[in-house]
Amino acid sequence: MSQTNYIYGINGPVVTIKGKTDLKMMEMVYVGRDSLVGEVIRINNDCTTIQVYEDTVGLHPGEEVISTSYPMSVTLGPGLLGNIYDGIQKPLTAIAEEAGVFLTKGVSTPAIEINREWDTEILIKQGDTVTGGQIFALCDETPIIKHKALVPPDCSGEVIFAAEKGKYKVNDCIAKIKTENGSVRELSLCQKWPIRTPRPAKDRLPITKPLITGQRVIDTMFPIAKGGAAAIPGGFGTGKTVTQHQLAKFADADIIVYVGCGERGNEMTQALNEFSELKDPSTGRPLLERTILIANTSNMPVAAREASIYTGITLAEYYRDMGYNTALMADSTSRWAEALREISGRLEEMPADEGYPAYLPSRLSEFYERAGYFETLCGQKGSITLIGAVSPQGADFSEPVTQNTKRFTRCFWALDKSLAYARHYPAINWNDSYSEYISLLEPWYRENVSPDFLKYRNEIAGILAEETKLMEIVKLIGSEILPDDQKLTLEIARVIRIGFLQQNAMHETDTYTPIIKHFRMMEVILYLNKTAKKAVAKQIPISKILATGIFDKLVKMKYDIPNDKPELFDGYIDEITKVFENLT
Amino acid sequence: MITEHIGLDEISGSLVVLDDVEDAFYEEMVQLQLEDGSVRDGRIVMIEGKKAVVQVFEGTKNISMSNTRTVLKGKPMELSLSPEIIGRVFDGLGRPKDGLGEVYPVCRKDINGTAINPVSRVYPKNYIRTGISSIDALATLIRGQKLPIFSGSGMKHNELAVQIVKQASVADNEEFAIVFAAMGVKNDVADYFRRSFEEANVMNRVTMFLNLSNDPIIERIITPRCALTAAEYLAFECNMNILVILTDMTSYCEALREFSSSKGEIPGRKGFPGYLYSDLASIYERAGIVHGSKGSVTQIPILTMPNDDITHPIPDLTGFITEGQIVLDRTLETTGIYPSVSILLSLSRLMKDGIGKGFTRDDHKALSDQLFASYALVQDARSLASVIGEDELSDNDKTLLKFGKEFENKFLNQGENENRTIDRTLDLGWELLSMLPRNSLDRVSDDILDKHYKGGGS
Repeated sequence: MSQTNYIYGINGPVVTIKGKTDLKMMEMVYVGRDSLVGEVIRINNDCTTIQVYEDTVGLHPGEEVISTSYPMSVTLGPGLLGNIYDGIQKPLTAIAEEAGVFLTKGVSTPAIEINREWDTEILIKQGDTVTGGQIFALCDETPIIKHKALVPPDCSGEVIFAAEKGKYKVNDCIAKIKTENGSVRELSLCQKWPIRTPRPAKDRLPITKPLITGQRVIDTMFPIAKGGAAAIPGGFGTGKTVTQHQLAKFADADIIVYVGCGERGNEMTQALNEFSELKDPSTGRPLLERTILIANTSNMPVAAREASIYTGITLAEYYRDMGYNTALMADSTSRWAEALREISGRLEEMPADEGYPAYLPSRLSEFYERAGYFETLCGQKGSITLIGAVSPQGADFSEPVTQNTKRFTRCFWALDKSLAYARHYPAINWNDSYSEYISLLEPWYRENVSPDFLKYRNEIAGILAEETKLMEIVKLIGSEILPDDQKLTLEIARVIRIGFLQQNAMHETDTYTPIIKHFRMMEVILYLNKTAKKAVAKQIPISKILATGIFDKLVKMKYDIPNDKPELFDGYIDEITKVFENLT
Repeated sequence: MITEHIGLDEISGSLVVLDDVEDAFYEEMVQLQLEDGSVRDGRIVMIEGKKAVVQVFEGTKNISMSNTRTVLKGKPMELSLSPEIIGRVFDGLGRPKDGLGEVYPVCRKDINGTAINPVSRVYPKNYIRTGISSIDALATLIRGQKLPIFSGSGMKHNELAVQIVKQASVADNEEFAIVFAAMGVKNDVADYFRRSFEEANVMNRVTMFLNLSNDPIIERIITPRCALTAAEYLAFECNMNILVILTDMTSYCEALREFSSSKGEIPGRKGFPGYLYSDLASIYERAGIVHGSKGSVTQIPILTMPNDDITHPIPDLTGFITEGQIVLDRTLETTGIYPSVSILLSLSRLMKDGIGKGFTRDDHKALSDQLFASYALVQDARSLASVIGEDELSDNDKTLLKFGKEFENKFLNQGENENRTIDRTLDLGWELLSMLPRNSLDRVSDDILDKHYKGGGS
């Protein structure tokens, strides 16, 4: 018998109930007259604490708190793709239609459209035995993504009813399972899953494939693997959001979940507009058909910001379980950490580093560990790649969120203020960034691009490192007195920086570069380096070499060569040979 | 339901505690009547059972525990709105201050506002010409954007703001109005704004909310919210283009810190409350354009960076929320450059979609990219010159230094009443870039160079 609970205290998003209650830890509750969504976060003998995911202005003490007896969950089923949700999976488009321009409290619209009918194919029949995670029905969610309805992971037994192929709504019962303990469970196209519990998978598999993003500095210099985790830290104005948007647009994942966590409203609008207009380079369909957006802008309730990351990853795991490669972009995890800090402060917990709660590292590691390459319960292979932006205060990478994120991710793309000031985008600093996946991905590059790929990459990295060293000297005495071979290194490094690492997200050709073009570009640059070195050794002055204009031509090759014609690079090789023959 | 209480249970700082309160709610308005008959406003900031903590806007001076009568108004703080608020002057709590009597309300709105649904936003694309070269060319202001000015004490941010208002308004034929909110600024600064608005003949289009430096500090927390509520009403219900100037956000944040510490909250960085980011966001995010309305809210918050430190929490958190920033530089200022915009630190995030063909001119993007890149090289050359001396520099670097000087004197520098057209600004940029050798302009494609490059170099 459940008792009725009443609000006792209100402090910002935190609500307390006096006395002993029968509420469970992490249980979802409805608070007050407007049925605001909340979650139980602390229980003791004389008080129960609830964090409320909606604005608490206007709440009265004494209003009722209604127990639901299940944890904070999301609804999983067809109709998720192409949608835009807030942090607790409320559909924003549907809310805008119902409530207008401004967000209103307590609007309860189902997360996925319940009246839409899906052409469903049923894969099981009466008498079959099913296990958790098995695919039992199929429907076309969007023209490019087939939705595979899964038996809930905690359900297995004998099929006692299976519907015919046909049109079904998400809540229609299409199968009945008699479980081992004798009870009967009805299956429909949708199911619920608690956001803070990772969905189970059969096994973790070793990482072997890169996530190709079409960004040169990432794919070539600091690649991320399918199933890997990466962090993008950077101060404001360094291009975190543009980088995240580029990855969301061009990464070769099947499903993208983009979580805008505590960021700008206009950016989410931009993402929504761009993703509906832009076409996926591989399928030619609008990007939105493979994307789920979660928008919890900075002025939306702080507790929902904390939940938005978990909502996102649970949706990503659901598609992983169908055997898809999914990628989740979280922009930015610092806002999530700050939300944790804000709630922790309201609970008067003992603060650790910079006021963040002591459990910050464990929460971060729990989150990033949900990335990986898996064998799913239905025996297919699926992956989740996590890419988290970090906004360090004052662009100081020694603050706790950056430092802890660094520990749990193996790929670190450090965005640099001075590069951004010079409008070098993506402003990924090649000295501070690293990727631990390079050696794991070596076989893939060898088989799919060229055996020389990593060799070239390392040569490029070597030239850049050399440049950094030389620049220390140049800063003190100027570049004039350097010997010619060192001047050449600086010039080649300039070609690499401007012609290769810099990539223009607004340029039609340059915004996405196929991996073969990366390779050919490196090849041409290194060929120039080799040839010019020989010329310098023959005492040809560097000024004469530069006057040929070949260096400047290479800087512009990223624009001049179309993405589908890598063979045109042969022309550059010939030209370099010719130019240097004429010099001697 | 309106209830009245006699006596208080605790007074501390700007907070008073009431016990035995029935049915109070979070953020409810409260009126306190003192022994001498004077009346003060407050609002409930915390409730615990029957205990309510009230924040008193005008401070708790002279309030006694026993003889104070408290009335709970049964509603959150609201602002009376009508199209007639244009041209009026209000205090920091939205009460008329110009002696013209109360506003006859067409509607009343909760000053806390509600978040705009991201789905309902229209992505801002329409640029606002300010007539200031550094802003128009390099950090273009877009209608519906929030673009703060980061400045320092004693720098000419007020002059810049006034110039933007004067020139932006002239360029526009649509309905245009200004909402001006002063938080903790000095009397003569507020007066400067008022006089400038009068001189520019825009005073009849300005709504002012003034919380001056000698006004109660706690009121400051309310002032920007009143101003933005008025702005949202004029923009989204009266279909006007509204430019909101909030000055000085640093005073606002300090007021918030004072309030937070009096509530006994755990302080975060530099003593500011942990929720400073969320709180600032609830102000800055109230800018934009929405579906179904022709109006827009554009924000120019001004903040003075304590000790010129851009990593201080106030400019830092502001930069993470706003769509770019215009940073003023003290070194430029002392060399007599006005406006002293430090272009490398300044940025407009919405600029990329609001410039180019159909908005400004097709060569705009290439020009701004190249100016940024070349000016960044100027800084390198300068730091090198300061080590080895100007004479030892290579010819290339010497040209760069010359370019840098000219750029600052001709492009950045302009008169307080000089209103440059976008063509003039862009042509000036090309003129300056033509000082550099053509092959060093690596951000510009050849056909644009053919059209605009006038230099003789290779």
